[in-house]
Amino acid sequence: MKLDARIPSGPIQKKWDERRFETKLVNPANKRKYKVLVVGSGLAGAAAAASLAELGYQVECFCFQDSPRRAHSIAAQGGINAAKNYRNDGDSIWRLFYDTVKGGDFRAREANVYRLAQLSVNIIDQAVAAGVPFARDYGGLLDNRSFGGAQVSRTFYARGQTGQQLLLGAYASLSRQIGLKAVKMFSRTEMLDVVLVDGHAKGIVVRDLVTGEVRAHAGDAVVLATGGYGNVFYLSTNAKGCNVTATWRAYKRGAGFANPCYTQIHPTCIPVSGDHQSKLTLMSESLRNDGRVWVPKKPGDKRKAAEIPDDERDYYLERKYPSFGNLAPRDIASRAAKQVCDEGRGIGDTGLGVYLDFRDSIQRLGRDAIAGKYGNLFHMYAKITAEDPYAQPMRIFPAVHYTMGGLWVDYDLMSTIPGMFVLGEANFSDHGANRLGASALMQGLADGYFVIPYTIAGYLAGQKAGSVQGNRPEFAKAIGEVAAMQKKLLGIQGKRTVDDFHKALGKIMWGRCGMARNEQGLQQALQEIPALRDEFWRDVRIVGGEAGINQSLEKAGRVADFLEFGELLCRDAKERRESCGGHFREEWQDDGEARRDDDKFCHAAVWEYQGPGKTPTRHQEPLTFENVHLAVRSYK
Amino acid sequence: MKVTLNIWRQSKASTKADFRQDGKLVRYQLDHVSPDMSFLEMLDVLNEQLTQQGEEPVAFDHDCREGICGSCGVAIDGVPHGPERGTTACQLHMRSFQDGAVITVEPWRAAAFPVLKDLVVDRSAFDRVVQAGAFISVNTGAPQDANAIPVPKADADRAFDAATCIGCGACVAACKNASAMLFVGAKVSHFVHLPQGRVERDQRARNLVAAMDREGFGNCTNQYECEAACPKEIPVRVIAELNREFVRAKVREEPVVDKGRGGDG
Amino acid sequence: MKWLLEFWRSSIGGKVTMAVTGLLLFLFVLMHMLGNLQFLAGPATINAYAEFLHSKPALLWVARIGLLVIFAVHVRTGIRLATQNKAARPVGYAVDATLRADWASKSMLLTGLTTLAFVVYHLAHFTLGWVHSRDHNSNNVHAMMKHSFGHPGIAIVYVAAQVLLFFHLRHGIRSLAQTLGLNHGRYTPMVAILSLLLAAAIAGGNILITLSVLLGIV
Ligand SMILES: Cc1cc2nc3c(=O)[nH]c(=O)nc-3n(C[C@H](O)[C@H](O)[C@H](O)COP(=O)(O)OP(=O)(O)OC[C@H]3O[C@@H](n4cnc5c(N)ncnc54)[C@H](O)[C@@H]3O)c2cc1C
Ligand code: HEM
Ligand code: FES
Repeated sequence: MKLDARIPSGPIQKKWDERRFETKLVNPANKRKYKVLVVGSGLAGAAAAASLAELGYQVECFCFQDSPRRAHSIAAQGGINAAKNYRNDGDSIWRLFYDTVKGGDFRAREANVYRLAQLSVNIIDQAVAAGVPFARDYGGLLDNRSFGGAQVSRTFYARGQTGQQLLLGAYASLSRQIGLKAVKMFSRTEMLDVVLVDGHAKGIVVRDLVTGEVRAHAGDAVVLATGGYGNVFYLSTNAKGCNVTATWRAYKRGAGFANPCYTQIHPTCIPVSGDHQSKLTLMSESLRNDGRVWVPKKPGDKRKAAEIPDDERDYYLERKYPSFGNLAPRDIASRAAKQVCDEGRGIGDTGLGVYLDFRDSIQRLGRDAIAGKYGNLFHMYAKITAEDPYAQPMRIFPAVHYTMGGLWVDYDLMSTIPGMFVLGEANFSDHGANRLGASALMQGLADGYFVIPYTIAGYLAGQKAGSVQGNRPEFAKAIGEVAAMQKKLLGIQGKRTVDDFHKALGKIMWGRCGMARNEQGLQQALQEIPALRDEFWRDVRIVGGEAGINQSLEKAGRVADFLEFGELLCRDAKERRESCGGHFREEWQDDGEARRDDDKFCHAAVWEYQGPGKTPTRHQEPLTFENVHLAVRSYK
Repeated sequence: MKVTLNIWRQSKASTKADFRQDGKLVRYQLDHVSPDMSFLEMLDVLNEQLTQQGEEPVAFDHDCREGICGSCGVAIDGVPHGPERGTTACQLHMRSFQDGAVITVEPWRAAAFPVLKDLVVDRSAFDRVVQAGAFISVNTGAPQDANAIPVPKADADRAFDAATCIGCGACVAACKNASAMLFVGAKVSHFVHLPQGRVERDQRARNLVAAMDREGFGNCTNQYECEAACPKEIPVRVIAELNREFVRAKVREEPVVDKGRGGDG
Repeated sequence: MKWLLEFWRSSIGGKVTMAVTGLLLFLFVLMHMLGNLQFLAGPATINAYAEFLHSKPALLWVARIGLLVIFAVHVRTGIRLATQNKAARPVGYAVDATLRADWASKSMLLTGLTTLAFVVYHLAHFTLGWVHSRDHNSNNVHAMMKHSFGHPGIAIVYVAAQVLLFFHLRHGIRSLAQTLGLNHGRYTPMVAILSLLLAAAIAGGNILITLSVLLGIV
């Protein structure tokens, strides 16, 4: 596997200009002859599909939900970063770049991150022009808030539903192109394979989730924007449908998978309430602007929060990280929560929880001001827990939230399969080992609106338009394989349900490869997961057939992939013998703080599939830091 | 707690042309329901039980389970998303029901939303309405600085109130006439309160109403069931705005209509 | 003309047609009721009023035809909208729930059609003299009303029709404001109250006349 990141030469500020200039263009009259298949309609996919269609390409776009507007991006709450420096508080492209590289614990590619920071400013302009109703101040100008890992206020937001508003903006642009017949939209359609012709990605195999039909679509290039794989843990803040299927099957066709072990555990989620729990709910990081995190000083203190006097409370983030306080980055805040719970100071019945307390800010700013900022989040919290967060502190606990790992891509966002581009959370590119809050929306939109429209031309210009049609034997073969896998799943007729296996996998993942990982646990996981997988293929029960809507079959396909992918994730975690960002190896720590090993691990690990039952090969893309100097990450 | 469920089961998909399909309410019993479960988690439990028994699980749409994607939506005892105001079915908890409750669960009922299976309906009519003009015609890369046009906070807030629509279809499901005017009104209201959206207001109003009418939704009779059922509590003010915008656009319409350019308007 | 037809055929065009014609009809019934109240002032007043109206046949006919057209358009459009509304939900809910609607709003077609029946009856009675022709006397409106409403059967029909009209207008007036695009946080609640008061005034005024005869007060 060749890993050429194809980073443009020259100083970092000029690299993107350089690439845009040197990239070949497709003649406007020829664009309509090229067909691009965009899988995913989240921020990355919708922005890409709309922008490519505006340029004149024929686009087909796919999503598994019943409408492109429901992609998981819709759920993002807190905000989106941009180096606009509207606040005059010292922000700049360089600072956003610096914060993101440092936030990622020096495991991201500098050139990509710099481009992301550059493009961040255009995203806000684009979104506002498309009608995104960002929060504004009384002067009618855009408002900002602070987010973790930054000391400037650069986060743009739309009440607690920034994701929905941004996605509706991209969806509107996409809808406009669908109306103009420039994009053909395939909703309720799940991609189940990529089709390679002469080593290039030239098509995909999909299942129509309404009729059950399995068919192929041919195109000149494939763009995957299928989101993250957090659901490998079963419980996460991701939507129920989030999956690894698209990227996993691409991996099995030869795409390198980078850093699967980099998963983000978000510090502020509502704790698990019981076995029935199907997902976890995030409480936006923005709450940490005004909420203070604490636990009792005494282990096993079962008094009510209000009965614990101030001097018996441990505001541990403020204590440990005085300069960032409650706004310490996510990985650090999560780890600190785990630590206090391990010490027996966790709160609630399970002892797995910490308080996020608004008492002081309600006293200082008044209840109305707090309701104005966070009303919908408080409402959601009250709905789920039946507790009133105005009267008593929220109970929160870390939960799986985001996945920094993903398919490896070069600077142009092309994977190791020529003609297959990967955008948004599905790729590995910009966040290193930890993502800062409000940066995923930024990345998805930067990739979709502003990167792919340029870089895809570089590939397409070298391809003859429409050179591959669906009648090539590769297509029939791929369709056959997908159909055969479905038949096999349906034929098992065992005793355990799909969800039952998914939950079992989640327990292994969270227990062995969650907030803290160690060699022995990972070794065990590497035995437990294949065993569970074998059992799945022996004993899963799916009622219903392949025709028509069969939600168990859909889930089964995804869980089958998670059962393979989980193993790779643990393998990657085992091989990365250092701690960095969200990847915390107990063996490498300084009193709870992650200890990197830059000598051995200053690289992206990229896995290459070797066939069923074979151990995949680990490749490395070395990371060099010329602009931000490798340093111990400190928020103290 | 224990609950008895009457759930609509339908295996063959309806279409707009052929709406009536054999479906019926089937009774199920659940004995171990926790009050902390969400309504959908309760359905998960039922589905696990059915699968174990070799019966097909109940198909229902859902994704985020956070009340924002708009996927979920079933009529619970005839009320879209169930008894709690301002709450989607995925955020409704079983503690809202009594122990021993008998609960009837049905799909959205509207000609424009054919039932595909059990509780799953086809809401693509909403997408087609949006494609007809619920957007601002701006290409990627064209805009100027985001702060170049200040927007009075009051306008931005009004736009926002409409933009919170999650497109779940509860308004249609609740309306006595299966009208989509709250949804379409929300689109019109969102854009008309923003300077960027005002440029195309006339075409938008005309095209959206035409698209809505093509889909076979009913007509609003101002009973406001939609507002009461909307999980995002979108006010019926947006319907008044839709009416106003449409009349305005029709009155201002020039005799020669712009040719071709379909959805671009 | 094509433009107007297109407008009328659209959903909102149809609604607006209902609101405009409904508003005009409402103004008419309001004036009509106020005119009728002169009955209480005695034969001279009301008969003079009737005479005044008949003294301007041209105006009268323009008004009559205008009203008829407005009425016909209202009825035709109302039936079309109601038919479309039925068709929009071919399969109903097994459990029928109502969150906000009231009987008045749910029964517009019913109260409209009963009003239609009543109007036909009312015209046949007082204007054309086809029914209860014994009482018919366009030269002495006061006597005609007095005789007619003396019959409990007739009086009950008139009162019942007014009650149904009350419900039609109770929802109709607040509704027409919304249809015409008037919705405002401060004024809309007032319109709702006004709707109730005006509907009650119209029905109440007419009922007052009927009862005053039936109960022998006049
Ligand atoms: C609760 C929550 C809150 C968040 N808040 C923030 C925030 O405040 N700020 C921030 O920056 N980030 C936030 N994030 C992260 C951010 O929302 C996501 O990382 C980002 O939206 C991902 O966008 P995407 O376009 O890559 O993928 P997604 O939005 O996940 O879209 C994936 C698309 O791919 C399609 N798809 C997937 N698999 C298949 C398949 N097999 N076949 C066909 N189609 C498929 C789906 O239908 C969907 O259209 C949050 C995440 C969560 C979970
Ligand atoms: C004295 C006679 C009448 C008056 C004053 C009157 C008045 C009104 C008014 C003000 C409205 C509200 C319009 C709106 O919603 O914007 C209305 C609605 C309606 N009327 Fe009448 N009406 C009369 C007779 C009738 C008749 C005879 C019918 C018979 C079909 C009828 C059927 C309806 C219907 C179905 C509606 C509801 C329309 C809708 O909201 O879609 N009305 N009427
Ligand atoms: S599942 Fe997303 S709104 Fe209910």
